[in-house]
Amino acid sequence: MEAYISLFIKAVFIENLALSFFLGMCTFIAVSKKISTAMGLGIAVMMVQLITVPANNLIYHALLKEDALSWIGLTGVDLSFLALLSCIGVIAALVQILEMILDKFFPALYHALGIFLPLITVNCAILAGSLFMIERDYNFSESVTYGVGSGFGWALAITVMAGVREKLKYSDIPASLQGLGITFITAGLMSLGFMAFSGIQL
Amino acid sequence: MSAILNEANKKVLIEPLVNNNPITLQVLGICSALAVTSQMSTSLIMSLALTLVTACSSAAISAIRNHIPGSIRIIVQMTIIASLVIVVDQILKAFAYDISKQLSVFVGLIITNCIVMGRAEGYAMKTPPLASFMDGIGNGLGYSLILISVAFFRELLGSGKLLGIEILPLVKDGGWYQPNGLMLLPPSAFFIIGLIIWAVREWKPVQRETVEFKIMASAHGDGGHH
Repeated sequence: MEAYISLFIKAVFIENLALSFFLGMCTFIAVSKKISTAMGLGIAVMMVQLITVPANNLIYHALLKEDALSWIGLTGVDLSFLALLSCIGVIAALVQILEMILDKFFPALYHALGIFLPLITVNCAILAGSLFMIERDYNFSESVTYGVGSGFGWALAITVMAGVREKLKYSDIPASLQGLGITFITAGLMSLGFMAFSGIQL
Repeated sequence: MSAILNEANKKVLIEPLVNNNPITLQVLGICSALAVTSQMSTSLIMSLALTLVTACSSAAISAIRNHIPGSIRIIVQMTIIASLVIVVDQILKAFAYDISKQLSVFVGLIITNCIVMGRAEGYAMKTPPLASFMDGIGNGLGYSLILISVAFFRELLGSGKLLGIEILPLVKDGGWYQPNGLMLLPPSAFFIIGLIIWAVREWKPVQRETVEFKIMASAHGDGGHH
């Protein structure tokens, strides 16, 4: 149990996808103007991570890994180079299915998250979650923990960023630094803050 | 299509370098870019890989653009891009294993790099293959320009080297330069890009963003704060 808690903490703070790996930056910068939308997107990312990372984990271990196909009698087959293609396919398909399910059964939630779901397919943080899971060879329960943790970390980062940007409106910024420039520098300062966690050994 | 480098193609190639740079203006493709910029060598490889993938995928998608049904176009584009990225990944693993280990998942993340998708969706679906290829190269170069300049500062100031060759002799080796460790950490990439954007917009004021809120000048001269 303790191992899972430390994996979760590590995924949220120490290896924050947004602030220490720069993942999902395009949406991170584009959608962080208001706290409410940022939070909506954050929750959507967390949900998608929770589903896609374990799903990719199952597919990778049952079909693609070296010798994984031995259960149907094929030994020595290594399809791991197909991992990229299968990951992105699974993500695109699952996001589509999630969108349909939400539309059918949870219309309120669908209207809140609806516009963000298509954006998520091309969010690098989602694909990176699955790729890190493969690279670090997590088992199924670890991948669930990692999925939730990394999604939560990303959500936390974008919400905090939106909070800072809402306050930035009141500051006097040089004309050329307005908008994108100051956002990058703010993200840099936040990332410095998150570096404070980096020495922690769990 | 008399010459490959006619006026139109040249414009498509040059435009994304500064005037319409994918990173500093369109805010695309920052995602996988910054984490690889602590060294020149990794960023060169990454730039090369992204330029090739963008150019080839744009050309391929443009070649079949009239046969792709609109409703499944994203999946088709993704499949083409993912296949090209797998090729690049395998080539790197075969011929530059160390660098491929350092880049870890970031080569795979070219698939979700917004520049590749953005060019496929926004340009290649409407234009013939050759122009799309040029556009892909141009945008790839615009990305490479930023990536390599960030890597230049980070590697030079962070470890006193360029491409692994010592430029500034370090104090610990008997030289005079005390390396700035911050430059090797992730936050410095944000600062450098922020400063590059500032510099570019100072140079080309057209690219400035319109301000949503303006601070009112105070009538009493008390600093104008609320």
